[in-house]
Amino acid sequence: MSTSGNTSPSSGTQRAMFRVWKGQGEQVSFKDYHTDVTGGMVVLDAIHQIQAETEPTLACRWNCKAGKCGSCSAEINGKPRLMCMTRLDTLDLSMPVIVEPMKSFPHVKDLVTDVSWNYEVKKRIKPFKPRKPDAPDGTWRMEQSDVDRVQEFRKCIECFLCQNVCHVLRDHHKHDEFAGPRHFVYTAALEMHPLDTEDRLGHLKDEEGLGYCNITKCCTKVCPEHITITDNAIIPLKERVVDEFYDPLTKLFKMFRPAKSG
Amino acid sequence: MSDYQTHEHDVLVIGAGGAGLRAAIEASAAGVSVGLICKSLLGKAHTVMAEGGVAAAMANVDDRDSWKVHFSDTMRGGQYLNNWVMAEIHAKEAPDRVRELEKWGALFDRTKDGRILQRNFGGHRYPRLAHVGDRTGLEMIRTLQDYGIHQGITVYMEHTTTALLKDGERVVGAFGYDRERGRFRVFKSNAVVLATGGIGRAYKITSNSWEYTGDGQALAYYAGADLMDMEFIQFHPTGMVWPPSVRGILVTEGVRGEGGRLLNNKGERFMFNDIPDLYKNQVAKDAEEGWRYVEGDKNANRPPELLTRDHVARCINREVKAGRGSPHGGVFLDIAWIKEKVSNAPERIKKKLPSMYHQFKELAGVDITSEPMEVGPTTHYVMGGVRVDGVTQMSSVPGLFAAGEVAAGLHGANRLGGNSLSDLLVFGKRAGEHAAEFAKKYEAGTIDNAQIDVAAKKALSPFDRPTGENPYVVQHSLQEMMQDKVGIVRTEADMAAALDGLSALKKRAAAAGIDGNREYNPGWHTALDLDNLLVVSEAATRSALDRQESRGGHFREDYQEKQKDFSQHNTVIRRGPDGGMQLRREAIPPLRDDLKQVIEENK
Repeated sequence: MSTSGNTSPSSGTQRAMFRVWKGQGEQVSFKDYHTDVTGGMVVLDAIHQIQAETEPTLACRWNCKAGKCGSCSAEINGKPRLMCMTRLDTLDLSMPVIVEPMKSFPHVKDLVTDVSWNYEVKKRIKPFKPRKPDAPDGTWRMEQSDVDRVQEFRKCIECFLCQNVCHVLRDHHKHDEFAGPRHFVYTAALEMHPLDTEDRLGHLKDEEGLGYCNITKCCTKVCPEHITITDNAIIPLKERVVDEFYDPLTKLFKMFRPAKSG
Repeated sequence: MSDYQTHEHDVLVIGAGGAGLRAAIEASAAGVSVGLICKSLLGKAHTVMAEGGVAAAMANVDDRDSWKVHFSDTMRGGQYLNNWVMAEIHAKEAPDRVRELEKWGALFDRTKDGRILQRNFGGHRYPRLAHVGDRTGLEMIRTLQDYGIHQGITVYMEHTTTALLKDGERVVGAFGYDRERGRFRVFKSNAVVLATGGIGRAYKITSNSWEYTGDGQALAYYAGADLMDMEFIQFHPTGMVWPPSVRGILVTEGVRGEGGRLLNNKGERFMFNDIPDLYKNQVAKDAEEGWRYVEGDKNANRPPELLTRDHVARCINREVKAGRGSPHGGVFLDIAWIKEKVSNAPERIKKKLPSMYHQFKELAGVDITSEPMEVGPTTHYVMGGVRVDGVTQMSSVPGLFAAGEVAAGLHGANRLGGNSLSDLLVFGKRAGEHAAEFAKKYEAGTIDNAQIDVAAKKALSPFDRPTGENPYVVQHSLQEMMQDKVGIVRTEADMAAALDGLSALKKRAAAAGIDGNREYNPGWHTALDLDNLLVVSEAATRSALDRQESRGGHFREDYQEKQKDFSQHNTVIRRGPDGGMQLRREAIPPLRDDLKQVIEENK
């Protein structure tokens, strides 16, 4: 989803109101803050201004402020977005700008959530395992086109907005059985890596719960890196899993061929 | 006594960007237990922002390249103040470190024959930067992260370190807190590697994130280690300047590597007007030759936009001051013009510079395939830092190591683009290796409870002043002052005023306070960062005052030329017995004869 910031920022200043989720534990509610906004400002700038002017304890994560690190994920006027890439001049400032933390992860404080589950899930996915080097000096040869195929997946900045919006996690809380779109993108990057020899299809089916995804494409819509998660990562992985485990012809062939060596 | 949790490791790595991850991986491979502390979440460190590429003389694109040329380029770029031991090791080992990343899953762009592609960059004689479009840093940190999580390293995410713990002369651990709950942690460790990055947050206009508050430099300083070359701060020539909220965000040098030209408001390509002597033989005579260089003509010289960053930044600054700048106080960087040369220009720009395209489109409403960008200098990198042994990366304090931006030496007075990513791989590995060796060699030290109590008291002190000044306001004042007085153009009077200003800011910082509790309280974190920012700001100012010449990243309006008297020493800062900052000039060891010859051959 683009912030559609295709217009030049204007120079004027205006007062705007931000309705921010504030608190921790049971004591949480929206709190309103007023601050001046100028052309080109993003939501994260407004949050920083509020910290500096009125509420130094207001908790949020951020790092690069350029859409490259994926730290400042939040829900802005109900839409999952990066705060650093959401320009205020694309929002209706006659209404309060509503800023909330991601909903699919345990709340820590204010705009901060506990995303450690994502790190646990990733650790369980079998790591990269390259084929033997192509050249005597221990290096490989690859075509640019082979590299390009997975670059889309490797652009992922791990903002976890796709995880946040996926209904399997958000509504059905299948965190124990389902890895979520981020990790399908990660698995796809490994599976389609030109040098990789590992087999993760069984893990995808049984541990990552790929089957739970019913391709509603919510993840694709919120990806700030514009990764076509569903079409390019999830569907091809689903096809591979089907070929491997459910296709009767493949099953027959498999009886006569040795298992894929790792 | 303070309430805290204790963790024990053989090696503790503080900082989880490229250098910290690489150090942790190496230490772990040596069979010791490793703890890795990140100030943010894992994989978010500033390395993700590195765009252009990693410099390594693999000679995949131009077979005339070798470690000798890379070494000579690095020394020339650093104006010969570099620790040449490091410059030699770096040039020799960088290719293996890059290839190793490929073994761990990194995917670089390819040459036609399927090897790692390399691109042109400022100050590098041949195409030398292995890259992935313009998101090389993300590829590197993700590769190290995804490999690292399977190496048995214990990762402490969102932890801040506020003090190093010592047993006699030796560092034996660290004290800090977890940001989420604010609980104190004591890390007991035989060796500590600092990999905390830079100091960019001391300035108002910077490409650095909130994390770059000079923590490692300040921790080392308080532990008694030497800081070196702190006057050398790199102002990257091309940061965004408009709109105000994005001012300082980096625009990769890769734009110029791909043919981008710098223009003033008269449409003049001003970089052709000022070519430094050291580079007279290496610069294109006209735009035509510059373009041929971009297109890989081996007989062509580089366009002047690809001179070193210190020089380009000063030229831009001069244009703006002379009234020839762009509407918002920068100059124009134009890549769209390549449509005059190639038929598929927009596709090529989007393919080679996808993040830049995205960044300008979304944040500034500028389409870089059809219009120029407005750019100006931004605080980007500190060449100086913790003084280390070139081979082992150990500081002047036993058991304390440093690697990456927090360490000094490799880059001298100015860093070449692409040399930081190779720096963090080469010296991250070395720091990890030697820290592990140190940890195996010595018995565990003793943790002194008194030191823990002092550190805990200091960490909690902002809560004693709930009505004190807002720490963000103090931080902003410091940033304004450093930008204004110790920035890209410096004078004695400004810097003397900066020292007075720093004294006043120290008092304000000591009186700053914070409300609320210890759980994820960014005001508290900011209050604690202030002390580190003040240490590095003072070190930079004192070092810059002492260097009465202009060299690399350090430009003095009152001493505009290089001086021979300043060409043979580094500036070293140490904490004196009275707690004040002491400065000394440390002679650079004479260059080895064979290396002298290498430099001669590559003049």
